[in-house]
Amino acid sequence: MSTPVSAPPGPSAPQGPAAVAEAEAERVSTGRRVVDRLIRARELGLVVVLLAIVGITGAIEPNFFDLDSIKETVLNVAIIAVMTAGMTLVIVTRNIDLSVGSILGLTAFLCGDLLTKHPGMPWIVAVLVAVAIGAACGLLNGVLVTWGRVPALVVTLGTMYALRGVAFLVTDGRQINAEDLPDSFLNVGSGTLLGIPTLIVVAVVVILLFWFVTRDYAWGRQLYAIGSSGRSGGQAAKLAGLKSDRRVTQAFVISGALAGLGGAMFAARYGTVDATAGDGYELRVIGAAVVGGVAIAGGSGSVLGAAIGAVLLGTIQTALIVLKIDDFWQQAIVGLLIIVAIALDRLIANQSEALLRQRSARRRTSA
Amino acid sequence: MSTVATTPTGSAPDRTPGVVRTEDSLLKKVLGRWETLILVLIAVVFAIGSGISSEFLTGESLTTGSSDFTEYAILALPLTLIIATGEIDLSVASVLALSSALMGYLWNQGLPMEAILPICIVAGAVCGLINGWLVTGLGLPSLAVTIGTMALFRGLAFVILGDESVTDFPTDYTDWAFGNFGGTVVPNTIVLFLVLAAIFAVVLHRTPFGRSIFAIGANKEAARFSGLRVNRTQLKLFVLSGAIAALAGILLTLRNSTAAGNVGTGFELTAIAAVVLGGVSIFGGSGTIGGVILALILLGGIQKALNLDPDISTYWVNIVFGILLIGSVLGPNLAARFREARRTRNRGARPFRPGRPAAAPSGPEGEGNTDA
Repeated sequence: MSTPVSAPPGPSAPQGPAAVAEAEAERVSTGRRVVDRLIRARELGLVVVLLAIVGITGAIEPNFFDLDSIKETVLNVAIIAVMTAGMTLVIVTRNIDLSVGSILGLTAFLCGDLLTKHPGMPWIVAVLVAVAIGAACGLLNGVLVTWGRVPALVVTLGTMYALRGVAFLVTDGRQINAEDLPDSFLNVGSGTLLGIPTLIVVAVVVILLFWFVTRDYAWGRQLYAIGSSGRSGGQAAKLAGLKSDRRVTQAFVISGALAGLGGAMFAARYGTVDATAGDGYELRVIGAAVVGGVAIAGGSGSVLGAAIGAVLLGTIQTALIVLKIDDFWQQAIVGLLIIVAIALDRLIANQSEALLRQRSARRRTSA
Repeated sequence: MSTVATTPTGSAPDRTPGVVRTEDSLLKKVLGRWETLILVLIAVVFAIGSGISSEFLTGESLTTGSSDFTEYAILALPLTLIIATGEIDLSVASVLALSSALMGYLWNQGLPMEAILPICIVAGAVCGLINGWLVTGLGLPSLAVTIGTMALFRGLAFVILGDESVTDFPTDYTDWAFGNFGGTVVPNTIVLFLVLAAIFAVVLHRTPFGRSIFAIGANKEAARFSGLRVNRTQLKLFVLSGAIAALAGILLTLRNSTAAGNVGTGFELTAIAAVVLGGVSIFGGSGTIGGVILALILLGGIQKALNLDPDISTYWVNIVFGILLIGSVLGPNLAARFREARRTRNRGARPFRPGRPAAAPSGPEGEGNTDA
């Protein structure tokens, strides 16, 4: 059923125009291979850094490898990673979504509130409501950015403010406590599915889904095309016939919906929700994406890389706790990592550009 | 090209009523200005405010309301210049907190205030230098850089002072920060802001340096080819922003007589909201200090008015500020699009693609002429 149908790569004797075509294909593919290798090096580099941190921390403090410690880390990462997937889509289109933390706060409370008031309701309904509210917030962002032509920074700064205000109005000083929530819902936050914590399963499914969609499907590639057509606001992509506004709006809707899902996960995981839930998450999410190689200038980076970035930041957080380093260092280190990551990306980009130019120059002289 | 099209004697074949003319009356010019709209909004807010509470338009209310807004106002000044060059600095509130934490730490170490204050300002300038070097030296986007340094500087503030707070600052300094200027109702800190605002206004609107800021914001490449030192100007602005943010941190610390690492969280949002609402283009190239000051008065008035009414949740401030921030860009965009649509309908030409304001004046004109 799923047998891959690929042409056998057997040796064929190239003759005439076929040889020229093949040489041309090879020229293109070597260029692409260089870029591919550099991108893979980026993700590999992240993994190496991650392993180094895990190894060093584990060597100093062996209880870092406790099952509980690992579980704690990955559970904390799960929420951030889900939101990072949505953020990646938005940043790839050369936009930004600062409102995700506020969306999380609003949806986490509404989701918990719904379950508190209707204990008989299946929890999945509350989760879907949270996702739908998040998507609606994302739609508002997307419409203001595309139809209203307001820069995403201004729009999402405004909705970050306004939605946090709405969250405060809705909560009205109340707080949701774990004992008010049905056990079935809390079990989702702390339970396992096939031996793996449920929230991790959710995060992995979301990440893989959007990774494949952005890697292999036209819809996803269009986001990259929009983001890399420069400061013109996707003008080149538009001229190429892409429905740029619609794609950007969809990216914002997905980012909002995943922030809503993050809100539901937050309520299930912590049980305690007030209006300040998710305060400052936007920075952690953007930080994870940027550390994971998603360029703020749009058009490059992968959902998988961003997820690795989220894992890296989460691991550092746990490592600092385990190593009993002052918690206060955490934020400074995150900030430093973001700067180092974007500086490294710029250096790699310069290098790869020089390398590609060198290759094409050499080929031209030899031809 | 566009001047030819709008001369009153021009004999364009398809001239129709509704086309923009040059001889707008002075009244129309004043009414069309962004600042006028903000002034009207200020009047509305003050009218509603005095309706909400009789305490709104009193000297004491003015004193507390304006001094509560000192730090936002001071942060907004260098931010105006940075946004006018088309960049952004999200790290200002973190520099403010770093300055406050450093102040508390050095005071605990027994340094005299005369030494602490310059050290804090220099530390802020160094923070700005880091931002500026990353943006101009490495060519990184300022949004990404200052998101990073926003976390970095805030983290360093916590590293310096932990979660403790320092409160025993000398009273002659805190008294100055609490006090009013002379016998008036104007706080000392606001007088300091007004002096700074006057300097910034002169620099931005009356010096070659100010013109170069707008030139860079309008078109960075063109500015570079015209011989402007784009990188050096931007570096200077980031350093200035850091130093002024540190000054705001000192004022906040003295005003509350509390130094802590968590002060000023979210201040950058209000400062950016004031700058954008004040009519400074987020893409750079235009804006006035006067407009930003009016926007600050508007936001401060809204905050004070909402705080005075016990029935209104203070969180409405967040919602109103957020809506104003978006509306200040959305409104003019929609108005421009509406005007464009009406013009093309009158002309009977194909609807002009929106979103490219630079091409708008010449585009439809050219199309109309070739059709005729």
